[in-house]
Amino acid sequence: MIKLTFPFNEDKIRALKVGDEVLISGVVFTGRDAVHKYLHDGGQLPPEVKLRDGILYHCGPVVMKQDDGSWKATAAGPTTSIREEPYQAQIIKDFGIRGVIGKGGMGDKTLAACKEFGCVYLHAIGGAAQVLADCIKKVRNVYFYEKFGAPEAIWEFEVQDFPAVVTIDAHGNSLHKEVFAMSQAELAKRL
Amino acid sequence: MSELQNSLLELIRRTSAEIPDDVNQSIIASLEQEKKGTIAESALKIINQNIQLAKRKSQPICQDTGSILFYVDCPVGFDQILFEETAKEAVKLATKKGYLRQNSVDSLTGKNDGTNVGPGAPAFHFQQHRSPEVSVRLVLKGGGCENVGAQYSLPNEKLQANRDLDGCRKVILDAVLQAQGKGCGPGILGVCIGGDRATGYEMSKTQFLRLIPDRNPNPELDKLEQDILKTANELGIGPMGFGGKTTLLGVKICAANRLPASYFVSISYMCWAYRRQGVTLDADGKIGKWLY
Repeated sequence: MIKLTFPFNEDKIRALKVGDEVLISGVVFTGRDAVHKYLHDGGQLPPEVKLRDGILYHCGPVVMKQDDGSWKATAAGPTTSIREEPYQAQIIKDFGIRGVIGKGGMGDKTLAACKEFGCVYLHAIGGAAQVLADCIKKVRNVYFYEKFGAPEAIWEFEVQDFPAVVTIDAHGNSLHKEVFAMSQAELAKRL
Repeated sequence: MSELQNSLLELIRRTSAEIPDDVNQSIIASLEQEKKGTIAESALKIINQNIQLAKRKSQPICQDTGSILFYVDCPVGFDQILFEETAKEAVKLATKKGYLRQNSVDSLTGKNDGTNVGPGAPAFHFQQHRSPEVSVRLVLKGGGCENVGAQYSLPNEKLQANRDLDGCRKVILDAVLQAQGKGCGPGILGVCIGGDRATGYEMSKTQFLRLIPDRNPNPELDKLEQDILKTANELGIGPMGFGGKTTLLGVKICAANRLPASYFVSISYMCWAYRRQGVTLDADGKIGKWLY
């Protein structure tokens, strides 16, 4: 288990390889379908959303307002990342993101961007909304809440020891491609 | 709040927060089978931990609380309109309480009004029977697994799948291959052979009302279910597509008549976060017994 702590600079990220299990601590921002399309269409981020050397989490959480006015993430697992494949490479390049947390893996464009710009894809356990919400120690802020609705908003989370697996590294390797090729070959033997 | 609304609220809470026992047992068994020290084992450990934590905290197992599918068996004369109205109120309340995420979006405007109620949402499937009993089953099906559902029209030349059970086997296994990683495995398949495009998918989802260890009373379908389960688990896809032994927990297949011109195989995929519960209701709408 490798501890990956903010700031997520390029050296730390390039040292990771496919199959590494990591525990992430620090600030992460959520962003999913609406945010990716918005940025792709030239939308601007509020200055407080600092993605450079940061981590973007594909997540649409359940977040409840507490009596004191603060927010609490009560369920917060990853959403399927492949829907962001048309946009992700450009966003990695433009915003200097070092890590993308999601599930299900991403395609060749993202794989190439990870290699070129020094970024990794961090696979969280899909459906594990409670274990992962427990790792969110604080909801620091929310952006675009009204515009996109709660699941699609940008949430700024402070996480501690958030578990994930590196499935695309910054060296051009993808666990998804490996497992797909292997399972396809196994299936061919059984048809 | 009416007794019925109260009962439906509790049904929603429990469905969202507690995995049914048959699914839980199946996940524990697969955890024991995975090789120690692998990421497949780590994934199943987190899944198992998540199941326990969600139950203890009475919080959603997965943040995607899914499409809300009610299956109601009721006697002749049962007031379906009142049931729908009451269930919609229960859904709104469950959303306010955080048992359900604000999860329903207007497809034209993109607006999410935060209620989970709108055209087609939640979905109701009523079936009348001669018994006086009312039973309500609820399935919450997340979008990740819904997106990897697939419908094949046979023959399929690319997969060399003809209009027979071997052709069905080929397309079902192709769906498992294509779903890898995306559908939050280990998964459960609900399949319908035949029907039209709409009834095929609809009936494939009713297969999720079956228990994981049950066996199909039709020997041919039973054989196909067991074969696909075994074969899929030999492919090495594993939990979350990380590689490993557990790709599927169960396969459930039904058949419906088709037109001579059509031969559809409709495959619905359910993620490990298999949220399915059910209750019987007495005449006042109070919960009699839990069905899973």
